[in-house]
Amino acid sequence: MAEPAIRLTDLRFAWPGQAQPCLDIAAFTVGVGESVFVHGDSGSGKSTLLALLGGVLVPQAGSARILGTELTGLSAGARDRFRVDHTGFIFQQFNLIPYLSMQDNVLLPCRFSARRASRALARAATLAAEAKRLLVELDLDESLWRRPVTRLSVGQQQRVAAARALIGAPELVIADEPTSALDAARQAAFLDLLAAECAQAGSTLVFVSHDARLASHCARSVAMADLQRQAGPA
Amino acid sequence: MKTLFGLALRSAWNRRLTLGLTLAAVALSALMLLGVERLRADLRASFAMSVSGVDLVVGARGSPVQLMLYSVFRMGEVTQNLSWASAQWLAQQPGVAWTVPVSLGDSHRGYPVLGTTAAYFDRFRYGERRALRLASGKRFEALFEAVLGAEVAERLGYRLGERIALAHGSGEGPGADHGDKPFVVAGILARTGTPVDRTVHVSLEAMEALHLDWAGGAPIPGLSIPAPLVRKFDLTPKSVTAVFVGLENRAAVFALQRAINDRKEEALMGVLPGVALDELWQLVAVAERYAQLVSMMVVAVGLTGLVAVILAGLNERRRELAILRSVGARPLDVFALLALEGGALATLGAALGAALVWALVLLLAPWLQANFGLTLSGGLPGAAEGRLLAGIIAVGAVAGLIPGWRAYRLSLADGMTPRL
Repeated sequence: MAEPAIRLTDLRFAWPGQAQPCLDIAAFTVGVGESVFVHGDSGSGKSTLLALLGGVLVPQAGSARILGTELTGLSAGARDRFRVDHTGFIFQQFNLIPYLSMQDNVLLPCRFSARRASRALARAATLAAEAKRLLVELDLDESLWRRPVTRLSVGQQQRVAAARALIGAPELVIADEPTSALDAARQAAFLDLLAAECAQAGSTLVFVSHDARLASHCARSVAMADLQRQAGPA
Repeated sequence: MKTLFGLALRSAWNRRLTLGLTLAAVALSALMLLGVERLRADLRASFAMSVSGVDLVVGARGSPVQLMLYSVFRMGEVTQNLSWASAQWLAQQPGVAWTVPVSLGDSHRGYPVLGTTAAYFDRFRYGERRALRLASGKRFEALFEAVLGAEVAERLGYRLGERIALAHGSGEGPGADHGDKPFVVAGILARTGTPVDRTVHVSLEAMEALHLDWAGGAPIPGLSIPAPLVRKFDLTPKSVTAVFVGLENRAAVFALQRAINDRKEEALMGVLPGVALDELWQLVAVAERYAQLVSMMVVAVGLTGLVAVILAGLNERRRELAILRSVGARPLDVFALLALEGGALATLGAALGAALVWALVLLLAPWLQANFGLTLSGGLPGAAEGRLLAGIIAVGAVAGLIPGWRAYRLSLADGMTPRL
């Protein structure tokens, strides 16, 4: 089998000044195209894990290979570039830049990454057309496109953020509590939509939440506590 | 870089009210700094322009600066005159090519009246040794004829042949009027951009005639000599305010100055216009220094405000910066985004300040010209102003690094999840 999307090996990370490692993972592997739900209470190291997957943080020990690239061997600038080239992010809320239009928010990764831009152009004639295609896919009606993003509902904002994560078909999509501001019905709808879009784009999805009930939307579910070699408070 | 610039621009537009106000503060502080410099430079140029070709200005002994101020710039009050005998003695000194006696003290509707001889129009020079020129009419010939400076004629709407009444002294106070002896406008001078434009010129004899029936600054009660009769009196002046002296050879100026200072009959002084001006600038320099210092402080306040506003906005923008990080912005990009904003605002503020100076000069120049005879140059910023502008921009750009640095640190610490 080819190189997995994520392969963490003997990874250890501690925040400066802390003796106890925040993360101590013997092995964690996510195959290409898989969708994985990572469940953990707040303080279980979820955010730190995502920062490591995104290359914002580097582990003190062990290896973090994303799509076959060892992140620990890259410079900070190269990790920033790698992140935007290969990963789309969706956060809890306030995901959008308030002074940019809906379309410009979606196109942000294409501004920082030539690779994302060219992959987006492989699917549509123009970047704008691809952004619009994704927005329509994510049930954002054309009547909303001209509205300032700050005046969208939280659910609509999260769908714009999903479009931004998906544009240019990154190999990896990481969602950090993307539904915690939504009510239960909308949570389910959003997650199904996200999973479907990732599947269609062939992207690997890592979805992190404290809410174990959401596990059903992903094919595989992992608890932070099981990932950690020794369960210790962060 | 294009991406960053677009982002910075749209982010700034999003905060246009606060940033606009800060921009206004920077622009006003730049206006003050540049305005002080422009006024200072133009004041000097204007004074230096006002007289040329006069080797010595002679007056009663006192302050050289004051003598220059009232005899050339028509500022301040005449404190003491020199006798006509001394004026005549001066004209006979070896090496003296010409003398022009001037007598000041009266006014016409706020404009100073200068009594002098016909030689004034031949000898007086301003700017780059430019001679006075009549725009219309002729010099004064008859006793009660006057030649007006360009500003006087224009402001008061006088034409040739018009009758005007002079006032005694500054024209304030009751009965301080020479209305019994009106003057006819004989000529109007071309504009010079010097105090000459604000002067009413009459002959020394006319000046004397006006004051025949006056003593001690007031009309003598019961004595009134009507205009047609004044010819019957001796109209040789008793005294004049100052004498402008031109030499055949400028090298003789110090010898003559010594002779003047040593004159036994009367306490006189000879002043070299350039030297007196230097003395004046030394006096003014202290005030100038303070004005500059204060305006520099104001600029510092403006730029500090700018940095404070950007820094204050930074906390609200932490999530924005985190989002940018998640889509591939490097910490250095975040730094550039903030530093760009500070630098751009400082540059814009400085440019706006310069534009304000320019507009204000256009607006104020006629008023300053009319009231003080000062000429403001409405042109492009000079070298000194350019240096100040560059200074504001440089300091602003450096100050902009502070929020840039702070944002850089924050985005390194926050990564993609701001700890709010």
